[in-house]
Amino acid sequence: MASDAHGASLGSDAAAHGAAAGLAHHFDSYEQQRDSAALGMWTFLVTEILFFGGLFAAYGLYRSLYPEVFRASSHTLSIQLGTFNTVVLIASSLTMALAVRGGQTGRGKLAAVFLALTLVLGSTFLVVKGFEYHEKFVEHHVPGASFHFEGPDATHAQLFFSLYFLMTGLHALHMVIGIVLVGYVAKRAWGGAYTPENHNFLEGTGLYWHFVDLVWIFLFPLLYLIGRH
Amino acid sequence: MTATPSAAPAAGETTSEGGPRTHYLNAAYGLKSWLLTRDHKRIALLYLVSISVFFALGGLMAVLIRMELATPEGDLFQPDIYNRLFTMHGVLMIFFFLIPGIPAVLGNFLIPLMIGARDLAFPRINLLSWYLYSIGGLFTLWALLHGGVDTGWTFYTPLSTNYVTTSVLTVGVGIFIAGFSSILTGLNFVVTIHRMRAPGLTWFRLPLFVWGHYATSIIQILGTPVVAIAILLIAAERALHIGVFDPKLGGDPVLFQHLFWFYSHPAVYIMILPSMGVISELVATFSRKPIFGYRFVAFASIGIAVLGFLVWGHHMFVAGQSIYAGVIFSVLSMLVAVPSAIKVFNWTATLYKGSISWDTPMLYALGFIGLFTIGGLTGVMLATLGIDAHVHDTYFIIAHFHYIMVGGAIMGYLGGLHFWWPKITGRMYPVFWSKLSALVVFIGFNVTFFPQFILGYLGMPRRYHSYPPEFQVLNVMSSAGATVLGLGYLIPLVYFIWSMRYGPKAPANPWGATGLEWQTTSPPPVENFLTQPVVTAPPYTYASPKRGPEVTVGV
Amino acid sequence: MIPSSPLLPDQASDVARSVDHLMLFALSGLVVFSALIAILVFVFMVKYRRKGDADVGIDIYETNPKSHVLELVWSVIPLALLLVLFGWGTKVFFDQNRPPADAVQYWVTGRQWMWKVQHPDGRREINELHVPVGRAVRLKMISEDVIHDFYVPAFRIHVDVLPSRYTTYWFKANRTGTFHLFCGQYCGVEHSKMVGRIVVMEPRAYEAWLAGEKTGASPAVASGEELFVAKACNTCHRPDSSARAPILNGAFGTQASLSDGTVALVNEDYVRESILTPAAKVVAGYQPVMPTFKGQVSEEELIQLVEYVKSLKAASGTTAEAGK
Repeated sequence: MASDAHGASLGSDAAAHGAAAGLAHHFDSYEQQRDSAALGMWTFLVTEILFFGGLFAAYGLYRSLYPEVFRASSHTLSIQLGTFNTVVLIASSLTMALAVRGGQTGRGKLAAVFLALTLVLGSTFLVVKGFEYHEKFVEHHVPGASFHFEGPDATHAQLFFSLYFLMTGLHALHMVIGIVLVGYVAKRAWGGAYTPENHNFLEGTGLYWHFVDLVWIFLFPLLYLIGRH
Repeated sequence: MTATPSAAPAAGETTSEGGPRTHYLNAAYGLKSWLLTRDHKRIALLYLVSISVFFALGGLMAVLIRMELATPEGDLFQPDIYNRLFTMHGVLMIFFFLIPGIPAVLGNFLIPLMIGARDLAFPRINLLSWYLYSIGGLFTLWALLHGGVDTGWTFYTPLSTNYVTTSVLTVGVGIFIAGFSSILTGLNFVVTIHRMRAPGLTWFRLPLFVWGHYATSIIQILGTPVVAIAILLIAAERALHIGVFDPKLGGDPVLFQHLFWFYSHPAVYIMILPSMGVISELVATFSRKPIFGYRFVAFASIGIAVLGFLVWGHHMFVAGQSIYAGVIFSVLSMLVAVPSAIKVFNWTATLYKGSISWDTPMLYALGFIGLFTIGGLTGVMLATLGIDAHVHDTYFIIAHFHYIMVGGAIMGYLGGLHFWWPKITGRMYPVFWSKLSALVVFIGFNVTFFPQFILGYLGMPRRYHSYPPEFQVLNVMSSAGATVLGLGYLIPLVYFIWSMRYGPKAPANPWGATGLEWQTTSPPPVENFLTQPVVTAPPYTYASPKRGPEVTVGV
Repeated sequence: MIPSSPLLPDQASDVARSVDHLMLFALSGLVVFSALIAILVFVFMVKYRRKGDADVGIDIYETNPKSHVLELVWSVIPLALLLVLFGWGTKVFFDQNRPPADAVQYWVTGRQWMWKVQHPDGRREINELHVPVGRAVRLKMISEDVIHDFYVPAFRIHVDVLPSRYTTYWFKANRTGTFHLFCGQYCGVEHSKMVGRIVVMEPRAYEAWLAGEKTGASPAVASGEELFVAKACNTCHRPDSSARAPILNGAFGTQASLSDGTVALVNEDYVRESILTPAAKVVAGYQPVMPTFKGQVSEEELIQLVEYVKSLKAASGTTAEAGK
């Protein structure tokens, strides 16, 4: 969570204390500030792993209990769209890494361009996801009263689709938050807010983005590729 | 800890000689200066006020519960009201008082002071934590005003998802939001302790209070998200009918219990570890000697935090899980008792050849040691499969966890508050009344909760609105004790408020303690220290006769 | 043990006595350790009370090489005692949870907020369970709604009653009397009213009670057989080779090979699940064509069907003999 270190670079704190630009008053050096921001972000990501962990645990339990119907339900998902989205996200991780590199070397405009690309790719992912969700609605694969599943074990198919919506939904929510962050950081980067000494917020956003991508890299095989060899 | 001023004072500081000294309390005035503060000390006070409100509300509900239980018939409240009372009592006390309790108030105030830092690593996030906590609390209060919730604080499915009609969603959202406050506090502490220590302050020179909070933070970071997702799943099941626990869909309601206790058992250690940290400070300070076996006590905290994640299944010995799973969880739960025992023995050994003063904080510390010992050993009984199968979900478990949470965590909290009150407010409180309150709390507590052990073994189930008449004598005793206990909590409330205005001015180091927080003025300046402290010795280094008589006090 | 002591609940089974012995052992450990700590703290507090303002304590840890030994001693001794307690507790727990082979099976259905009991002969009771003294009784329990818990303090054992599968409780009362039955898991508004009693009678009195309360109830197996026909189960589950469904005769208690390659033990839970969600675990070689009976049979009817399936013996070729 680098927002504090970042916030200080707005100038108010720094000016009040007559310290170096972008260095918050309670830090002794840029190095200490950067280390703190990085450690904070990594710690936050550990929390996120456990947050998703609860869902993965539920998934593991029910897939082991009802392997047949999980396989059958999985086959109704569009593997083409899923693969496309996986490629899109991997590409966005690349553009994000290049943006952070731009921030590290002080080329703010370049960073902003790559961030904009990341934003476009992230939005593409969400749009495709939206089409997939729409398809589920049309096919009555949304758990609830109107749920309908062509197969022997419709009851337990609801568990699969519940988990599908919960896991991809939570992931999509993280994507939305990520896109807002990326948009904000892109604007700031264009304005030259990030220096080689202090680009902690950009770096933190980058870490977050890679994490969200990584979650998808787990979700994709677990949800789309069950029993496809 | 000996502090020596370094050559370069921090930038932007002023000291006022002669006139009224500027400190964190009088540096700025007005509501805005509090609500938008990023000073960890002020945020700690914001927390102090808010958690006191929730403590009072939770306590009020406890009073009503004990009133109802004074007679075997359910004659004071209707059962649905009674069920709301014990549920809200649990929710408010656990999520809004005990879990934030010591970390958010004392930890927030003291960790930067103890490690010689100017603030926590992320002051804005610290303020955000308080706002999240408050928003979560407001959601819960809102639910309380709109009928409350009657699932029990454990929210077991499918009762909570498919059966009750009360405000489960609102309270769930409240707990979810407050959970993020807890995560962010833990994150802030971990980063601060790693990156912000003063020169010379190595890990094994840290006060044990800091070790206790470090261990607590680990649990907050690793455990809270799991209960957050469990509550989110309940919300999804209730609101959107996207459920994974519903037995009608082939879901497993016991899965919820696993997710819930994966956090909520370690959560007990969120409550007790900071309290243990406080007790270590108190025992060392009021015995004027280092804690016996400092490293053992420090590592015991980490050990408890780590083992705490491996024992959640002991809440489900009779919940239909495999009896072999029960065996594993039983033996792991037994292991937690070892670091806890190490702590108790080391505190006791610290008293040996000490120079012991009987000041109020020390009285609370001794109360803690006694009550925690009983609470811990009855916990061992509950970890024993054969005993738990009988006393599970009876008043035995109620008594046990109140010995840990009230006898342990709250005794530690009150002890710490009495210890650092002069530092926090710059004022002293009346000695007589404070010692009296410690005694009243101790007696009232035991009269309230000891009979509940017997009730539990006799077989009185928890969460019973009415009960067989043969249990009445012990219940009346418990209710009478609760009255005394309530009184014991009111006395400090009165004299603390009194002392803020009328208490005698406190010196920088009224107890002759060694911690860095006592090397600065009372109350501390905004930037905590006028000069950057440098640490040259282990904690609790009181001058021994061999090394000469000097005691390092003051700035 | 004095059964009517104000500090001990009624003790009505051998298991209850062994729980009390275990508790006594744990309690003596608690008393010894608490007293030790309390006495030491008190003695030190008085003996080392601060004499002068400038007094400081003497650090005995760093100067004394035996300190680490002491740490080790007070880590290892509690650990050893804990492991003894663990072993003993586990043994008692196994006794609490493993019914003897000769136990007679009763069925319990929990719902908000009552207990329903079915005797082996089909007799039903609500919030009461009459049993003869000295008979090992096994209860198969299921809930119709939320999680409940079957708790009889006199037998010193709790077992949760789940809505998703059967759980088992057993006891063998060793004295007559009336004992509390509580719901031990919070289950909603009238949780504290979900109470009943266990009446343990002399065998002769029990027989008289059985005879005196003839309700015309038929045994669960017979009711199950009627249901089996009424729900048309017998059209497919026929004991002949052309059946579209697995032959049930002799199936109970065996391992069934499933279509996904795994095996499943055919027990009460498997039969219940196969009626409610037939497609979940299909026997190898059959198509998942059976419709679900979810919502069409109650938990009590399910119990009767399970009892009927249990009673089907392998040797015979017809269902006529199944009544035994």
